[in-house]
Amino acid sequence: METQFPKKQILNEDGVVVDDAYKSLLDESLVKTLYTKMLRARLFDRKGVNLQRQGRIGTYVPFEGQEAAQIGSSMAMEEGDWMFPTYRDHGATLTFGHSLKNVLLYWKGRQEGCIPPEGIKIFPPAVPIASQLLHATGAAWAEKMKGTDRASIVYFGDGATSEGDFHEGLNFASVFNIPVVFFNQNNGFAISVPVEKQMKSKTIAQKAVGYDIEGIRLDGNDVFAVYFHTKAAVEKARAGGGPTLIEAVTWRYGAHTTADDPSKYRDQNESSIRRETTDPLARLEKFMQQEGIWESSWQKELEQDITLEIEAAVNEMENEQPPHLNDMFDHVFAENPWPIEDQKEAYAHVRGE
Amino acid sequence: MATAAVGTKKLTLVQAVTDGLRTMMRESENVIVLGEDVGRNGGVFRATDGLMEEFGDQRIIDTPLAESGIIGTSIGLAMNGFRPVAEMQFLGFIYPAFNQIMTHASRIRSRTLGAFTVPMVIRAPFGAGVRAPEIHSDSVEALFTHMPGIKVVVPSNPYDAKGLLIASIEDPDPVLFLEPMRCYRSSKMDVPDSKYTVEIGKGRVMKEGEQVTILTYGAMVDASLKAANEAESKGISVEVIDLRTLYPLDKELISKSVQKTGRTVIVHEAPSTGGLGDTLISLINDTSFLYMKAPIERVTGFDTPVPMFALEDHYLPNAPRITSAIHKVINF
Ligand SMILES: Cc1ncc(C[n+]2csc(CCOP(=O)(O)OP(=O)(O)O)c2C)c(N)n1
Ligand SMILES: [Mg+2]
Repeated sequence: METQFPKKQILNEDGVVVDDAYKSLLDESLVKTLYTKMLRARLFDRKGVNLQRQGRIGTYVPFEGQEAAQIGSSMAMEEGDWMFPTYRDHGATLTFGHSLKNVLLYWKGRQEGCIPPEGIKIFPPAVPIASQLLHATGAAWAEKMKGTDRASIVYFGDGATSEGDFHEGLNFASVFNIPVVFFNQNNGFAISVPVEKQMKSKTIAQKAVGYDIEGIRLDGNDVFAVYFHTKAAVEKARAGGGPTLIEAVTWRYGAHTTADDPSKYRDQNESSIRRETTDPLARLEKFMQQEGIWESSWQKELEQDITLEIEAAVNEMENEQPPHLNDMFDHVFAENPWPIEDQKEAYAHVRGE
Repeated sequence: MATAAVGTKKLTLVQAVTDGLRTMMRESENVIVLGEDVGRNGGVFRATDGLMEEFGDQRIIDTPLAESGIIGTSIGLAMNGFRPVAEMQFLGFIYPAFNQIMTHASRIRSRTLGAFTVPMVIRAPFGAGVRAPEIHSDSVEALFTHMPGIKVVVPSNPYDAKGLLIASIEDPDPVLFLEPMRCYRSSKMDVPDSKYTVEIGKGRVMKEGEQVTILTYGAMVDASLKAANEAESKGISVEVIDLRTLYPLDKELISKSVQKTGRTVIVHEAPSTGGLGDTLISLINDTSFLYMKAPIERVTGFDTPVPMFALEDHYLPNAPRITSAIHKVINF
């Protein structure tokens, strides 16, 4: 199966392009945009971990190490497409146009965090594992029924492939030929459970065979491979070619969440080694240096700009008015039925309002 | 045989759960644990910490990430001689397994007139108040008290946790064992080293009183005791009952208390409509109607999803709401 589903690469660990077919497509502006978005995601992620440590937000889910997978795939999507993320995919959602402030509010326990900016079609992060594959399939099905050429992308982890919803999602998409890209980030672990204990199959891509859809396995730390193969899958979907399952092989450097202690189940040295050898940003930097399109002043300025942007969003998050408790009551239905109205009144009464 | 030495250890509720599991796994090879991250990681709350080291990965089993799979296979294991203790990482993630519990675990005995049975335990942390992410804070015990064929227990302290867990594992039928996350490490208590049980179906008077009965369970026991003590300082005598088992309820204890006080306040964090409070009111209606001096008050979560944690303190019943209910039944 590993030979049938080889790990596709365009940019190798040394920053060298190994697939000549893509050489001419790597223009400077695309490369710089990919780098910029990955750096932005990484700096945001580090900020998230710090804010949690300082008690300024709640439990946070980091994704550092997975930037190429998230940014490459989300850059392959276009306006009007749909995105269905998990709790770990704010690198993708921020790239697709989610607001920094709202993503921060999510981790501050605020419902506003589930709301994307006007016109940007991002579903709230799926917390129940694998449930979102079906929503993505349904939303893309609607686009197909409406006769548009818009598609969905849905993110999920290696662990998610064990849930029934994963299989139901692939099967529906296959049966009804739905324009959806199932984008798997195989980061090697579902909390503490390594992928080798999660499944006997050697790849996740091969699971596509059971549904007679296309399965692609790729180096998820190679942003070019992720971008171009996802783009091809979306284009196929737009043209009526149906769903694709993409397995992006990657690694999370940090803990599962800020409440997790990875030393319980793995040697964190492995993360340090991977940071040295397979890091998605370092690899792109090497490429840019070799191409002569890397200037450290450009990078420094970029980092400064992004840091300012993130700081401004943190400020906005912290200056946001506290949520109104009626937010809890007033959005369960279009109109409050009497039990909710009664409960709301009784609570206001106890609070002396 | 001589009785075991009466050693005790100071344990938290979550440590008492581990101790209960260890006790039963030492006693019987048939007791096995299945769940997500229960092995090497020792559970996301460390409820199974150290057990894989002692019992090996054939008995403390890290399963694939699939709740229906965990419960469905546990049903087969239970029907075929094992005593599986299945962990749902959070009660809010039990929903993929609902079908297996509703259509099989709870009714295989009745479908086969007792020829097949499902002696399994489903453990699940639950409840709000720990600033957990979305869905992690659900209190949906009433979905299961409403389900024919499964018992539901909720310890509120370390001693009850170990004793109830052992009773649940020994029970011949499926038991849903709910662990209030807020109580996991909130206090330590002397817990006997040896095996003991807390009988399923029996509540406990946590504080005696004469004028008002509070019926509650889980994390709300603490909040209720606080409100009761405050009322006491204002001259109102409040009895607090920890129900401990939600199905079947301790009819005798409940009716005795409410007949004594004639006033009842029910406290639970689950939503009001269809919650256990409704069942408790039915029970009181059936057993004690003529003793009641005031309509029964309910202090519960609202008929809303548990909000994200910025608002969860508003969602959870708190001392002011409980106090207000106590005054209402007193001043009726
Ligand atoms: C239905 C369900 N069961 C359990 C959980 C608890 N949980 C949260 S993340 C996680 C592991 C997910 O692993 P994977 O799919 O590989 O995604 P990753 O977290 O690695 O991105 C688990 C078990 C959940 N959120 N939903
Ligand atoms: Mg994973």
